[in-house]
Amino acid sequence: MSEPAYSREIALVDLLDRVLSTGVVVAGDVTIAIADVDLVRVSLRALVSSVSSVSSVSPISPDPVLPAGPDGTP
Amino acid sequence: MSDDAWRLWLHGVARDQVPVAVAGIGDAPVRAVRAAGLCAYVSPAPTGVSGAGELRAHLEDPAWVARTAFEHHRVVAELAAAGPVVPAGLATVYRDDTRLAATLERYATGLTGALDRVAGRTEWGVKGYVRRGPAPEPATTAGGSGTAYLERRRAELTAREHRHDDAVRDADAVHAALARRADAAHLHAPQDRRLTGEPEVMVLNGAYLVQDAQAEAFAAAVRTLGATYPGITLRLTGPWPPYSFVPSIGTPEPDPAHPAGGGLAHAGGAP
Repeated sequence: MSEPAYSREIALVDLLDRVLSTGVVVAGDVTIAIADVDLVRVSLRALVSSVSSVSSVSPISPDPVLPAGPDGTP
Repeated sequence: MSDDAWRLWLHGVARDQVPVAVAGIGDAPVRAVRAAGLCAYVSPAPTGVSGAGELRAHLEDPAWVARTAFEHHRVVAELAAAGPVVPAGLATVYRDDTRLAATLERYATGLTGALDRVAGRTEWGVKGYVRRGPAPEPATTAGGSGTAYLERRRAELTAREHRHDDAVRDADAVHAALARRADAAHLHAPQDRRLTGEPEVMVLNGAYLVQDAQAEAFAAAVRTLGATYPGITLRLTGPWPPYSFVPSIGTPEPDPAHPAGGGLAHAGGAP
């Protein structure tokens, strides 16, 4: 168990940690910050478990493979 | 759709214009908007994000968020493979090229500085879980008194608390050791067990910006630390575009009452 498993998979929750990491969702040029972002995050976190992992993509990999979307996941 | 609809979805900002082979949001093509010596990569915003209420409704739809996050990410990942990039957060939208170009001009200094900081570096994630304890002894109902059961149960709970405390202490040490090997480090909140699907509790959710030449040494350090600290099980994720180490692009206008806020404040170094 001490060996870290180098995962080729990206879990949605890991991605959301990053793309929502500021906790701010904005309209870049019009000063509209989506309020209640914390609430959105809470509801997301309660729900994303059903789609928490999709197959591999890597910014370094020469041929990243992406699913069409959660609907296309096996 | 009104004239002031948000038409552009920003994926990220780089210095140079590179071909982008992958599609953007809704499988629409990605194109570049140039200004201030920078190159912003956008795809058409999906319909139905022309108002804050609509966008919020989308964000509360997990299937939409999952699909959109991966569509966004595949573009960011392609850009990161080509060179330094400042990834945009999810749902950073603009009304038109002119307004996006104005944002690039306005934040050019901060964006350029961020591109310099991430150049030649990659983000790695390290998650740590409480080490799984020994399987509880099977309950021996025959002849077992209620008192014995309660004592055994209490001992199991105590052992679990000790394992958790050990793992938290180890997580601090692991994070400190990894941060020393990185140019920057960031702690995300540990993920809820309902999301990880792991039997054990997450106690570390770190992100580390590591020089590419040090990537293998960093991975080796994770393995070594996992063996050194018995209380924690480590998982390495990545490579990631430097999501955790860039300013959020185009955060809201500064509040007139608090002029220091907004802009690239998240950068840790406003322009």
